[in-house]
Amino acid sequence: METAYLIETVIKIVVVLLVFSALAGLGTYFERKVLAFMQRRLGPMNVGPYGLLQVAADGVKLFTKEDVIPQNVVAPIFKIAPVVTAATAFMAAAAIPFLPQFTIFGYTVHPIVADINIGILYILGVMGVGLYGPLLGGMASANKFSLISAARGAAVFISYEVVTGLSILAPIMMVGSLSLIDFNNYQAGGFGDWIIWTQPVAFVLFWIAAFAETGRTPFHLIANDHEIIDGFGTEYSGMRWGLFFIGEYANMFFMSFVIPLLFLGGFGDGSLLGALGLLGKMAFFFFFFLWTRAAWPDVRPDQLMWLCWKVLMPIAVLNILVTAIVLM
Amino acid sequence: MEQFNNRNVSNEYFLVDIEDYPTDGWGKFKRVVKRTFRAELFVGLWVVLREMIKFDIHTVSYPEEKMPIGPRYRAVHEMKRLWESDAERCIGCGLCEKICISNCIRMDTKIDAESRKEVSEYTINLGRCIYCGYCAEVCPELAITHGGEYENASEQREQFIDFKTMLTPLEAMKAGTQLEFEGFGAITPHEDERVKKTPLAY
Repeated sequence: METAYLIETVIKIVVVLLVFSALAGLGTYFERKVLAFMQRRLGPMNVGPYGLLQVAADGVKLFTKEDVIPQNVVAPIFKIAPVVTAATAFMAAAAIPFLPQFTIFGYTVHPIVADINIGILYILGVMGVGLYGPLLGGMASANKFSLISAARGAAVFISYEVVTGLSILAPIMMVGSLSLIDFNNYQAGGFGDWIIWTQPVAFVLFWIAAFAETGRTPFHLIANDHEIIDGFGTEYSGMRWGLFFIGEYANMFFMSFVIPLLFLGGFGDGSLLGALGLLGKMAFFFFFFLWTRAAWPDVRPDQLMWLCWKVLMPIAVLNILVTAIVLM
Repeated sequence: MEQFNNRNVSNEYFLVDIEDYPTDGWGKFKRVVKRTFRAELFVGLWVVLREMIKFDIHTVSYPEEKMPIGPRYRAVHEMKRLWESDAERCIGCGLCEKICISNCIRMDTKIDAESRKEVSEYTINLGRCIYCGYCAEVCPELAITHGGEYENASEQREQFIDFKTMLTPLEAMKAGTQLEFEGFGAITPHEDERVKKTPLAY
């Protein structure tokens, strides 16, 4: 039984890695297309039908490009930083149940790598560690734009983590568990049982913090192309830069899974409809990440810190207090 | 194409109302509340979503589709032929060489067998040419003009610049497809009606 468990876990890890690496590539395709349509452009059209093979072309380019290590960088840190981003993004996926459990050839599969009882804490923690990628990469790059990016990374990090943690605290108090499976089962009763109806403020706060966590547009400060070139990615080339990219998009996908699992019922009662529902909700949240990029301007780093510390954190604390009083 | 001359897009310009910046804390607070609950962010979201649904794509997929260019566009030069005889219009006067401000036109002439002046060498260095259109404007015979060929990337530097290449092919003359240039130096429309007889009765 021990061996079977081991094999199953390894297979699950490989599947998650492969599926989400591919999805990260496809995510770039969707982003280009959605942004193009919103800006009345066509987006990639020439490689393959409707530009679908653009992902493959980009992959070939990234893999075959020379891996440049500039002269004055701190080489070991410079080399390890992209790995930190990509690895932590995928490590965070370990505690996310992507689908309800299903039976295949008489064998029950739990589509979660490890159902640990501190699931949400683990996910937030590992995703937080992921910020070391931009931080280390930016500091080691010997480039002033990368350095600014790293400083911004630190500023963003200390701002949003507080909001993420405090906003999620109120639902945790209601559910009484940190496991995402327990969160899902708490809301399994159907539409009316979703935590968003009892914790709308926490939902909005967590969603806002998710944008800072993934570094998407309203809070796209760390790699703000029009201000600081590519930020921490300026000196990177080839697959090291690609790892940053995969990490960012995988992070977006995992966040898009976590938000529905926490607040919007997850996969519900575990039926096929519930599973499709989870995928649909995930697709909406991923689309929203792209949507805001077309619609909204970026805020300055000081505005983000102002927002997180002076607006969102007091609201989150009030939300916890009200929840605690109601629960008593 | 049709609106090339109308630059007056709108005469309904108006100044945008910009509120004064709040100076005290209460004013700043009011601004934050107003901005938060007026849902400006959702207006932005709706605008881009509306454009996505309308799917009114403005991209010109360039090598397959091309934008129409104006008749006065100044691209790679052309040498025209006479409609009556299919002979070259160029009389070798050298005015284009003289006026060219970037010194990119070089020509040589000789006396041919019928003791008429003939162009023996004519080249335009397109690397130097700034496409100002002076050569077409100064040409007394409407011989050198600008064409509409703006895709002048080629494998050889000598492409496009040779007299024979610029000259309208005889097949085009037979088919009657030579296009007159409407830009600098061209005859204005209905010129025939406006021409007066030279008063010779002194």
